[in-house]
Parts: sequence; structure tokens; C-alpha cells
Amino acid sequence: MLSAIISLSVLGVLLGLVLGVAAQRFRVEADGAEAEFMAMLPGTNCGQCGYPGCAGAAAALASGEGRADCCPPGGKALAAALAHRLGVELDTSALAEQGPRVASVREEICIGCTKCFKACPTDAVLGAVKQIHAVIREACTGCAKCEPICPTGAIDLEPVPVTPQTWVWPRPVDARAPKPALV
Amino acid sequence: MNARDPSLFVRLRRRLQRWGAHPEARKYPAADTAITAIPLPPTLTLPLAQHIGAPAQPVVRAGDRVLRGQLIAQGAGKVSAPLHAPTSGTVVGIVDVPVPHPSKLPAPALIIACDGLDEACPAEGADPFTLSPGEIAQRVADAGIVGLGGATFPSAVKLSLGRDQPIPTLILNGGECEPYLSCDDRLMQERAGQVVDGARIILRAIGGERALIGVESNKPAAIAALREAAGGHADVRVVPVPSRYPMGSEKQLIAWLTGREVPSEGRSADIGVMVHNVATAAAIHRAIRHGEPLTSRIVTVAGGTVRTPRNLEVRIGTPISALVAFCGGLTATPTRLVMGGPMMGVAVDSLEIPVIKASGGVLALGPDEVAAPDASAACIRCGACVGACPIGLLPLEIAARIRGDDLPGSAALGLKDCIGCGTCAFVCPSRIPLVQYFNHAKGELAARERDRLRQESIRELVQARAARMEREAREKAEAAARRKAEREKAKAAAARKPEEVSA
Repeated sequence: MLSAIISLSVLGVLLGLVLGVAAQRFRVEADGAEAEFMAMLPGTNCGQCGYPGCAGAAAALASGEGRADCCPPGGKALAAALAHRLGVELDTSALAEQGPRVASVREEICIGCTKCFKACPTDAVLGAVKQIHAVIREACTGCAKCEPICPTGAIDLEPVPVTPQTWVWPRPVDARAPKPALV
Repeated sequence: MNARDPSLFVRLRRRLQRWGAHPEARKYPAADTAITAIPLPPTLTLPLAQHIGAPAQPVVRAGDRVLRGQLIAQGAGKVSAPLHAPTSGTVVGIVDVPVPHPSKLPAPALIIACDGLDEACPAEGADPFTLSPGEIAQRVADAGIVGLGGATFPSAVKLSLGRDQPIPTLILNGGECEPYLSCDDRLMQERAGQVVDGARIILRAIGGERALIGVESNKPAAIAALREAAGGHADVRVVPVPSRYPMGSEKQLIAWLTGREVPSEGRSADIGVMVHNVATAAAIHRAIRHGEPLTSRIVTVAGGTVRTPRNLEVRIGTPISALVAFCGGLTATPTRLVMGGPMMGVAVDSLEIPVIKASGGVLALGPDEVAAPDASAACIRCGACVGACPIGLLPLEIAARIRGDDLPGSAALGLKDCIGCGTCAFVCPSRIPLVQYFNHAKGELAARERDRLRQESIRELVQARAARMEREAREKAEAAARRKAEREKAKAAAARKPEEVSA
């Protein structure tokens, strides 16, 4: 009885020591990919990607399930950065068509309920109770959180207008000749 | 180093420079015609963005009467330039109009209905040599002067660079290497005194020691006129440079005249040199000596379909139809209408587009002057573009990277140093639109950078909001706890004195 208790205790202590030393010596750093993706994403938790917030999207990206172009407010730049980090090829030309969007308030039907004001993750909506609200375009990410909340449907998402200052020369038309199909 | 007798180093550097191309000059007959002012049009259209930087902010209202030289829009931010009324009249309003821009997108412009009186605002000139360098730069900024060679960078921003670092050498750019254009040539011949005086004013503003005026050797009359005007000034020298495209590019002119190269992604001020166009120098002379803001410029009207090509002095905002009409109209429908030079200018669609500060030329080109629009062929790797590139880049390799969507790769090959002169595309036997590749990639890289900065600022906003929500929740909880404690205290007090009923 006593010998069994002693031998099992000694065995337990020894094995515990081995495990403890091994845990110290052979420690593997967490790959940190999730934290890295989290730092890259906008952090607005808008949910347009279909995951529960930016943390969910970062977890999905880290597990290889999420796509590099999953974040619409991040635009082309973020998609390219994520694709680079994931080491995947991404055709960013399709993203260009949608383009960035910003919210705008239709002033004639805004009732000043402050619901959008409270929902905005970037404080881009300016307003007060029973006052017409307005959107600060520079701060709006186009996450669309305010759009379904508005009781009168006064919020629209509009594409950001292209001005001569933001216009980019198109690629020459013959740039991407169709590649011969591999048989 | 003496410009009359360049050092062995400079002569050796010149020998080694093999870049460039020789497009047919076609400067005549316009270059033989004296500058003529054209009559005022009924309305002037002044786009608010006529310079690099933030568009100007209007300071007049529809219905206001304005005088020639009156401020109508002020500069917004550090890099910007104001606008002045080119003649007297009434402000009609601000509307979106077509402007000379490759995007062909409309942009806001102030419209002025001219009253034909051309009444001027009182203007006051000054002796530049009694003004401090800072005051000169301020007056140049207030006059709305921008680089008139076509880059339209606000000149005052450049002048104030002299405060931060020594800039001993000023170079005036009289290269005018673009075919067809002769506006600077005529200016140097007819207003050489203004150019030389402008050079001396700029020297004073930047604390420079000497000014070199580089003029292409195909303009002997301009060289002679400038030499005569510069006769009495030991600090101003006129130096002929060979006629070669793009000799009128800032970096090439500096390399030729001083033997030094502007560092990659750097500025000429980094090597103690500043370059201004000759027309900018003349505008600075007028702004300082006579207090006149920049409200007109010289424009070459040329091209195969123009009846009598000539050089005109035009108020900013005049529609190009008025210029063409003054030159006897068109003999045929032009195949292409270009504002600026044929190498770096902007193709425009309509004759109603206004002359802006950047417009050195209006070209109505016929079918034999425009390359046939046949599709480009594959790159044969002949290397003609490599030899022609004035910066020493590898245009074929950069274009291949862009075609493969490798924009960081193209940037690593020096895309940002490309000056967009178009020499590579001009010499390419396969007619590959190389400059369009480079412009596309530059714009795309700039857009990505803007996106990145925006993402960063938005992340800051999100964090600020999260911090605020947390603080508010904490404050609410504290207030609730305080109220609860007060209630407990009241209850306890009520329990001690049962006769007192708590409310």
C-alpha cells in the first residue's frame, strides 16, 4: 500500500518534471497569424464579410477558410495585402468595379432618431435628437451598418465619385492577352 | 565651376549622356510670329484646380462684379495656388465643365461674364532688392504663380525651399524641347529683359549665387536676346544646350549644365539646384515689379489643320475655340486636338475647353501628324527604350512587371523616378503604349497608398470610439453604484429612525 503510494508519487513528480522542462525547452511560439490579420483589418466589426466581426474574420483567414477579398470596406489595398500575407494569387481587377462606397443621409426624410449615429463604428455620423443627421465622408468606411437600422430608409450607400484628383489611368487595353489554354 | 568653360568632369558627363530622341521639331511657321494678344471672349472659364495640390477655394459669389487682377479663389493648404480674375466682369457661378485632363472628367470652374471694359484692380509693384526673401515668396504665392512649363507646381513653395537648405544654383529652363511649341522661344526673344530680371529676383529669394539659363541651340535668336539682356549681370549666364528630347526636363537640364544627377526619388534642391521655367521667371518679374497676378499666358497654336499657326497672349480661361478662330480657323476637322505639346500634352475632345495656366500649346493635328491607331505588337526586347530613357530605367522590364500585376516589382525597378516624357514609347518599334502602363501603375500605387492611410486613420477612429464607450460604461456603472450606496444609506437611516419614512 505504502510502496504503491510512494512509487506512484515519485513517478508522478518525475514525469511532471520531464513535462515541465520539455514545455520550457521545446516551447513553440504561437504563429500569431490571427493577431496579424486582426491588425490588418479595419476593426469596425461591420460584418460585411459574413464572419462575426473583424476577430471572426481574422480567425477564418488564419485557419485558411477566409478569402483575401472578404473585406469590402478594406478595398483593393487590403485585399492585396491579405493575399500577399496568405501567399495566394488574387485577381484584384474584379474588386475595382464595386469601388469604395460612402453613406449619405437623405435630408428630406431623416427624422433625427440618432439610431445610425449610435450604430456607426467610426463616429462618421454627425447629429442629435430631432436634428437632421449628416455623414462625414472622410470617416465613413461604407460598412453599411447604418443602412438597415434607419427607420425611414433615409440612408443610402453611394459609390465615392471619381474626381480628376483620384482618377487613375486605365491599363492599356491589349495588356492582358488571353493566355493559350494548356491541354 | 565656370559655365563658359565647363570642367573636365562636366564635359565627360555630357559625352556619356546618350539618352533621348529627335522628334521632328515642326516649330515653324509659328516660331516666326510675334506674340499677339487676342480680343477678350464673352466669357472666361476658370477651373479651380489649375495646379498641383489642393483645388482653390472660391471667395466670390454669383453676381459679384470683379476687376482684372482681383482674387476670386484662394489657395487651400500648403501646396495650392490662388486664382485671379483675368478681366473685369460679373461672376456667373461655379459649374462643372470639361477641363484639359486625361480623365475627361468634368471639374468645378468659376465662370466670369466679361464686360469688355478690362478695368484693373489697383496694383502696386516693389523693388525686389528692398524685399526680404520671405516677402518675395509671399508675393509670388499671392500672385498665383505656378510652374508654367506644364508641371504647374506652385512656384512660391519652391522659392521657400531656399530657407531650409543652401541652393547656390538657379537654372532657368528655356529648353522647350517639345515639337511644335515656340511660346517660350518667342517670350525669350521679345521679353528677354523680364526673364533675366525674373532670374535675379528668384536668386534673391532663394539666396542663390548664379543663374544659368539653358536654351536649346535651335533657338539662336532667343540666345542672342537673352545674352544681350544679361550683359550687365555677372550672376546670370546663358548656356546653349543641344536640341534633344527631353532636354527641357528638369533632371536632364541639371545633368547637362552641372554634371550632377538628382538623387532617386529626391528633389533638385537636395543637390543645391533649383529649376524654373523662363515663362515662370517672367511672371515672377511682373508679379514683383508691377504687382500683376498671373492672369494670362503665351500659347502656341499650331498643327496641320490650323490655317495660320502663331503665338498668342491669352487670358486664362479663354476657350480654345477663340484661339483657333483668331488663327483663321481650321482647314479640316483635326484628327486629334491636343493641349500642351505632342509628347506630353493632353488629348482633348472639344474646342470649348478653356486655356489654363499649364497650357503652352493648342495643337489641331491632321491625319498625317498622328500615329495610325493600329494595335501594339509584342515586345521584341530590342532595348531601344532602354537607350532612350533619359533617367536610365528599363522601360521594357517595368512594363512587363506591370503587365504581370507586380506593381511593387515595378516600383523596385525605379518606376517612381520615371518622368513620363514618353521617349520610350516614341522609339518603340512595337508601338507598346509604355507611358500608359507607367501612368496606370503610378496612379494605382498612389491610390493604394491613399487607401492604406485611410485605413490607418479609420482604425484610430474605431479605437477612439471603443475607448469612449468603455469610459461611458464605466462612468455609468460608477454613477449607478453611487446612487445605490446613497439609497442604502437612506434605507439604513430610515431603519434607525422608524418615524422617518424614506421617500
